Amino acid sequence: MRLYLHYVKMGIKSQMVYKLSFFLLCIGQFFVPFFVFIGMYLLFDRFENLQGWSFTEVALLYGITHMAFALAEAFVRGFDSFPNLVKSGDFDRLLLRPVSTPLQVLGWKFEFTRIGRLLQGVLIFTWALSKIGLHWTLLKVICISGMLIGGIFIFSGLFIIFATVAFWTIEGLEIANIFTDGGRELSQYPLSIYAKSVRRFFTFVVPFAVVNVVPLSYLLEKPGYQSDLYAFMPYIGVFFIVPALFFWQFGVKHYKSTGS
Amino acid sequence: MIEIENLSKAFRVAKRKNGSLLRREHETVHALTDVSFKVNSGEIVGYIGPNGAGKSTTIKIMSGILVPSSGKCQILGLTPWKSRIKHVQNIGVVFGQRTQLWWDVPVLDSFNLLKDIYKMSPTSYKRSLDELVSTLSLESLLHVPVRQLSLGQRMRCEIAAALLHEPKILFLDEPTIGLDAVSKIAVRQTIKKINQERGVTVILTTHDMSDIEALADRILLIGKGQKLYDGALDTLKAQYLKEKRIAVDFDEASDFLCPEGTTLIQKSNERALLTIDLSKTSVPVVIHQLTNQLMIKDITVENQAIEEMIVALYKEMAI
Repeated sequence: MRLYLHYVKMGIKSQMVYKLSFFLLCIGQFFVPFFVFIGMYLLFDRFENLQGWSFTEVALLYGITHMAFALAEAFVRGFDSFPNLVKSGDFDRLLLRPVSTPLQVLGWKFEFTRIGRLLQGVLIFTWALSKIGLHWTLLKVICISGMLIGGIFIFSGLFIIFATVAFWTIEGLEIANIFTDGGRELSQYPLSIYAKSVRRFFTFVVPFAVVNVVPLSYLLEKPGYQSDLYAFMPYIGVFFIVPALFFWQFGVKHYKSTGS
Repeated sequence: MIEIENLSKAFRVAKRKNGSLLRREHETVHALTDVSFKVNSGEIVGYIGPNGAGKSTTIKIMSGILVPSSGKCQILGLTPWKSRIKHVQNIGVVFGQRTQLWWDVPVLDSFNLLKDIYKMSPTSYKRSLDELVSTLSLESLLHVPVRQLSLGQRMRCEIAAALLHEPKILFLDEPTIGLDAVSKIAVRQTIKKINQERGVTVILTTHDMSDIEALADRILLIGKGQKLYDGALDTLKAQYLKEKRIAVDFDEASDFLCPEGTTLIQKSNERALLTIDLSKTSVPVVIHQLTNQLMIKDITVENQAIEEMIVALYKEMAI
């Protein structure tokens, strides 16, 4: 942990060397998704609601999804840009250090410019909350935190899985964005609006559903979602990291026997 | 200290046929075949061979990055790829072509991070750092961001970074690549000093034979994945230095007969250049024969360059 904090400090220091670039990127990270949100607003302005979900309800989900994605991208950037580490051969260097490889890859790179996206998410989230007028309970606080934490872990898990693929092939990894960026775009809406096959995939393969439509329904006290157990459901998302890390270890083993 | 027995490594490489993306043929490349050697504590070993001979593969196996196909490798009692985390505490590695320092921040920050990576206590860190700073004269470089260092300065910092955790073995993969003459000498002195003062065992790969001459008491020659020679540089020289060159400056234009066992390469009015075949004659004999014929002003005897010797060796070994 102490080492991890040292890595974070180093990441901040490295990024602050280029201050102007940092601030411009932050601003970009704020506005690019914000325009998506405006698009969402225009959509709702025309259709009023989406299968029973109102604009503010979707905005709440949008806010949380973007916060989770921004945090995952900021802190798990090392895995996100891992193919570069393999391509340049610098992964060898990590194997020379007496520290586990996942920790080193995490520490290798941070992307703090995602604070722009985070801020955008926080603003929309707060705005949506104030509009909805939620009936607050402790369990709901636990539930919202869970949506954020579970979301971070699911996105991180995806980053790790696609980083691992780089051990076999360095080309063609753009396809990974279907799941990461695509997952984000998809999960900023309640998953219940999608076709059954899409819903199934994002429930059983990549468990976005546990941080998405289910807890959202619980928060908004939708019929059929009264049980307090739903408040804890988003924490299931955390476990998505486990198979991801196993896959990672498998990849490292393969790398060590081929060195390619 | 290092014991390697019958180490082999084969890679399966995909061979892409022209135009066909789906059908792939695989080809097995033998990077190392049955390599065995031992290195004792405190030695400096020069590990040489042409490009693609298997030097880097061996270094990677010894540092735990690669798992060999077969064979044994024990370093300080550990098998590198089986106990990676324990093993890497004992070794320091410098890849001449790659940096292990954090590019945008001052050198000292990288060192501080390495302290936490190797879980060093503040006292042993300080002692090691102070010692390296004075041996490698890094004082003025510590607060400079790595990207602003010259290659020679950076290499000194790289070596320091690899030695910070006080490893017992140091692997250097082409540490003088791309350096100018002054920096090369500085790096060599550094390596020598570290070997003497800390008793660190050094394994060094290089293509620069003057590195080997300056540093290594022993060389390991590898070609096409096989060990070809293991022994002192001097023995190799005695075996493969088959000729010497001699330049003779004389007073006036005069004709002379080339002594037996020599070949004339160049001749002008006042100077002649000869090669002496040491299997047929010797330097004193040739000089004696020349003095009898000519009014000699000056004589220079040169060894065949060690590079040429290595080329001859590679040729003979057919690699």
